[in-house]
Amino acid sequence: MKHILSVLVENRAGVLHKVSGMFGRRGYNIESLVVGVTQDPSVSRMTIVIDGNDNNVEQVNKQLHKLIDVIKINDITKTAISRQFAFIKIRCTPANRNEIVVLANIVEAKIVDVSPEIIILEVTGDEDKLSNIKALFDKYTIAEMVQTGVVAIEKGTSSLKV
Amino acid sequence: MNGAGALIKVLENEGVQVIFGYPGGAVLPLYDALLCSDIKHVLTRTEQSAAHAACGYSRSTDKVGVCWATSGPGATNLITGIANAYLDSTPLVAITGQVATELIGHDVFQEVDIVGATTPFTKHNYLVKDAADIPRIVKEAFYIANTGRKGPVLIDVPKDIQEKVRNYDFDVEIALRSYKPNMEPNFRQMAKLEEAIKDSKRPLLCVGGGCMLSRVSDKIIELSNKINAPFVTTMLGIGAVPTDHENCLGMIGQSGLKAANDAVESADLVVVLGARLGDRATGKHNSFARKAKIVHIDIDPAEIGKNHNTYIPIVGDLDVTLTKILKMDIEVKSNEWAADIAEWRKYVETTGACCENGLDPKDVIEALSDGADDNVILTTDVGQHQVWAGRFYRTKTRGSFITSGGLGTMAFSLPSAIGAAMANPDKRIVTIVGDGGFQMCLNELGTIKQEELKIGIALFNNNRLGMVRELQEHFCGARYSSVHLESNPDFSKIAEAYGVEYILVDKKDQIDAAVKMLLTPDKIVMVEFDIDPNANVKPVKAGE
Repeated sequence: MKHILSVLVENRAGVLHKVSGMFGRRGYNIESLVVGVTQDPSVSRMTIVIDGNDNNVEQVNKQLHKLIDVIKINDITKTAISRQFAFIKIRCTPANRNEIVVLANIVEAKIVDVSPEIIILEVTGDEDKLSNIKALFDKYTIAEMVQTGVVAIEKGTSSLKV
Repeated sequence: MNGAGALIKVLENEGVQVIFGYPGGAVLPLYDALLCSDIKHVLTRTEQSAAHAACGYSRSTDKVGVCWATSGPGATNLITGIANAYLDSTPLVAITGQVATELIGHDVFQEVDIVGATTPFTKHNYLVKDAADIPRIVKEAFYIANTGRKGPVLIDVPKDIQEKVRNYDFDVEIALRSYKPNMEPNFRQMAKLEEAIKDSKRPLLCVGGGCMLSRVSDKIIELSNKINAPFVTTMLGIGAVPTDHENCLGMIGQSGLKAANDAVESADLVVVLGARLGDRATGKHNSFARKAKIVHIDIDPAEIGKNHNTYIPIVGDLDVTLTKILKMDIEVKSNEWAADIAEWRKYVETTGACCENGLDPKDVIEALSDGADDNVILTTDVGQHQVWAGRFYRTKTRGSFITSGGLGTMAFSLPSAIGAAMANPDKRIVTIVGDGGFQMCLNELGTIKQEELKIGIALFNNNRLGMVRELQEHFCGARYSSVHLESNPDFSKIAEAYGVEYILVDKKDQIDAAVKMLLTPDKIVMVEFDIDPNANVKPVKAGE
């Protein structure tokens, strides 16, 4: 099962190496890892998605806790709102451009760049939405695509603090 | 004051008396500053030995061991010793010189990313980027190394930082908001433990290296007596308790004693104290103590449930936890398995040596064990002799057996003995080493002579890499590959070259006199024992 871990870490050089190295070393696979600074500039927040059984996830949790630079860990799998973000660069022709624009509007993908042969879409959504949209545009030529990992936050009043 | 001076001052504030190290270009300022300090420097003959010596120092004193080396190859040579300290949870602060800050990343002379390289096996590590941070970082390093689950911390100090002249503020607080080792055991789990002990008919204590670090030898024996539970040890647990105690059944595991392994197999409750239940101690995954409820007490939550399912997990400091357990109303009168235990004890362990080919190592170790008083500290190398020592040597006090357990590092013997000797001038240090391991660290005879360290060296020579040879015998159908040391040197000449007294023992009736020499205080002596090459460890599986 996939788990989403929110991890607060010291905002210092080398911390990402320590965290990602631990996963590799102990044989855990990271599905995605996103890191960015929080409202407190001394703290970064990582959103880590891992696939594993409960035992694996418990071990990951404990091993993360052992890293001195890791401040707090929360498994928010059940309570999270999560989003990913993607750019999709699609090759178009005068003949199919309108069709692509209409489809983009229907799926709430934003058109952020247009040139005679290219449309770039900006897409935000959960994992399902992103894969559905990608499937939808697969019949055109996707020249390039880039996407982030998952960022997630807990619903409601609870918040992850140092 | 420059950064190097500041660093030395914090070391002094932390009570450091000895540093094991090796100089080089990137630590010139440190060596220069050291001349103005009372801290004693021991020049080992390679950086790896400096790290091992710091381990031996730490494990024979309960202090943090300190070693340092220059950048690049100096730093990478420390790595094995740092990894060894990590696997055996030994508190160590390793300091490395680094090329100047502005040159980092340019692959300049003697530059390596030692922080990156040691991340997997340090408890924490630092690259000092601002000289002002030196006091805080060094203070934190000692705190991290010596609290919670102990371990090595590395500090990488660029040369320009060592040279940075400024006002240093030594009145700094450590700033570790995330690091708070959990000392107090959970009361619900403790209540469960109380019930489990009361219900138990065949309780057993399993003593790990954590018991050594927590100094709970007396409490373990008190508990053992109180609940009528014998105790067994892991390899590292041998140094944690006196194993000559009547309640001790010896070492468990692949290389352990039958009595100890049988007890684990038949116990209905095994209380594991500060051990990680590694594969060498427990055999196959989840095959340890199958009839028992396993209670696992450890300071490191990640160890509990990692290798074996646990009935009662208790995260806490062993001293705090055992103090609480001893206050429980848990007299266990049952002695249901006393007869079984007495029966297992009768089993005579052998090595398969036959006297025509050389000495039986068991005879040597037992003579050493019988001759040693509580003033002797034994360190070992790694291989057959280590396992023989683990099986047949009986310690009289806590802290008198130092070995490389987790990493199994050859060349640990002489350096760890050097560390122990530096820390304990009033004790007799003896080290056992095979002919393979000795040739990995014989350069340390130079250090021993230079510092006039009174160490007895027992060289177990079978002209083999015996442990690997034995593994090949069992698992490769006796197809021996690169395990015969056919051109071993004349060890007497090596001893002579370093000015070390040398004795050869090739007959059984010479053993006692030679062991007496090994145990004589104020003597630097090497005794070469001509060991039967057919003598084996003979791995015993639990229950066999």
